[in-house]
Amino acid sequence: MAFDTSKRSSYFLITPMAAIFAVFLVIPLLTIVIVSFWDYDEYRILPDFILENYSYLLGSSVTWKIYLNTLKYAALTWVFTLSIGFTVAYFLAFHVRSLTWQIVLFMLCTIPFWTSNIIRMISWIPFLGRNGLLNSALINLGIVDQPLEFLLFSDFAVVLADVHLYTLFMVVPIFNSMMRIDRSLIEAARDAGASGFETLKSVIVPLSKPGIAIGSIFVITVVMGDFITVRLMSGGQSASVGLQISNEIGLLQYPAAAASAVVLLITVLLIVTGLLRLVDIRKEL
Amino acid sequence: MAITRERRSTSFYILAAFFTLFVLFLYGPMLTIFILSFQGENGGLTFPMNGFSFHWFGNLFEQQAVGDFGGSFTRSLKLGLIVMVVTVVVSFMAGLAFRKRFRGDSVIFYLAIASLIVPSILISLGIGLLFNIIEWQPQWFTSALGAHLTWTFPFGLLIMFAVFNRFDPSYEEAARDLGASNWQTIQYVVLPMVGPSLIGVAMFSFTLSYDEFARTLMTAGALNTLPLEIYGMTTNVTTPVLYALGTVTTGFSFLVIGIALGSVMILRRRKGQKA
Repeated sequence: MAFDTSKRSSYFLITPMAAIFAVFLVIPLLTIVIVSFWDYDEYRILPDFILENYSYLLGSSVTWKIYLNTLKYAALTWVFTLSIGFTVAYFLAFHVRSLTWQIVLFMLCTIPFWTSNIIRMISWIPFLGRNGLLNSALINLGIVDQPLEFLLFSDFAVVLADVHLYTLFMVVPIFNSMMRIDRSLIEAARDAGASGFETLKSVIVPLSKPGIAIGSIFVITVVMGDFITVRLMSGGQSASVGLQISNEIGLLQYPAAAASAVVLLITVLLIVTGLLRLVDIRKEL
Repeated sequence: MAITRERRSTSFYILAAFFTLFVLFLYGPMLTIFILSFQGENGGLTFPMNGFSFHWFGNLFEQQAVGDFGGSFTRSLKLGLIVMVVTVVVSFMAGLAFRKRFRGDSVIFYLAIASLIVPSILISLGIGLLFNIIEWQPQWFTSALGAHLTWTFPFGLLIMFAVFNRFDPSYEEAARDLGASNWQTIQYVVLPMVGPSLIGVAMFSFTLSYDEFARTLMTAGALNTLPLEIYGMTTNVTTPVLYALGTVTTGFSFLVIGIALGSVMILRRRKGQKA
């Protein structure tokens, strides 16, 4: 390395970040774990060591239903974001030929990411509502004669909003992986007689795996922990694990919320560990 | 361009059409609320437009119509700026530290990844509980600031990794051979080279903080930030003032993006002139 400064300077430079992570990430997570064993009444939380929060949570059939529902949202969102994200990234990386156009079109995809998620959810209302654009169009075209009720405030709306919000999380890492594929490999495949589809299947997809894995981690963890999309887009008719936690917070049942949070954290970590076996993140930067 | 042009294949046109639909999907809904925010005074939340007016934008600034828009906007703006400055400085320092191996480097790295994947509501809950137990009042500039930093640091650090992985250390060697001190090397060699990326980190951290909802939920204390205010509005406001708010904050986000891109371009041009 160029600098021959001592290791001390590394420690000095990393201290602020380490301190913030310690105070606002590690200690709060430990607090959650500790409080999940506490007792509570209507007014306060009481230090204790009880297992009721967990036994109640895991013994309730509602919990399992909510987990199943959340996993359903995660799975559907994952399938759609992956297929759309992969296609978009593939188009940008292999079919757009000039770098300037690649950058311009890529920016076009990323700009909405910088705007408010809540506003982006709200923006579906005039489109999907009972008297919304889509229903009017369908009625005018004579495809349906009654407005479709399932468009807004339904599972459909939740998944649609999730896909709308998070497809970018797939596009970016997959595009990044694709841009690193050596173009001569593709030529070699073509010279060896592979069709476009065969090249895609046996060269591009395998080499894009790290991007796919990173995108999947992002999308799945975000949807697993989400509560605001579910609340806004299902109109309070569906539940997710995050929503359950936020409801318990609203009722000041902090130990119950903490126990749900611990279970959610374990679930998310298991999923991520599984996906990390496919990719070494540090090598991808 | 024209020299190497081969004939486009059919798959190009299919994919291009798909891409166009995707862009429409991204921008279409935003465009509808943009149009509807100019709804006439008697108009509703959906089409048709009942005239054209700035009524709902005016409404935005009346306390009784929407709550405290001005106050929450100012708080979000200040919080975003603090988060931005802290994230740029701390990520840059951490990026420099990570160029060498040190004990615990992988711990910090995995903490950053963990910070990224732990659901936001858990951060909110954890910090809220912590403050509750030690009996500190949550405030937007203490607990919410910390909560936001756990969200922006990972992005900042990962961007710095990407930058320093492609950074040629021989420029620094040259500076040191010419007798520059550590600080001078950073000031005159490293900073100008990584400047555009730092602007990227700045924009990332500002907008992430400015739009953050879940991490602020239990950490903002008594006073709302803008996303909390907007969220509150979605449950009790049923007029196009909601869309006016959407248009204004989206416009503001675009302004921030524009400023960031503009400064990157100016930096690049200046560098080009010097070279």
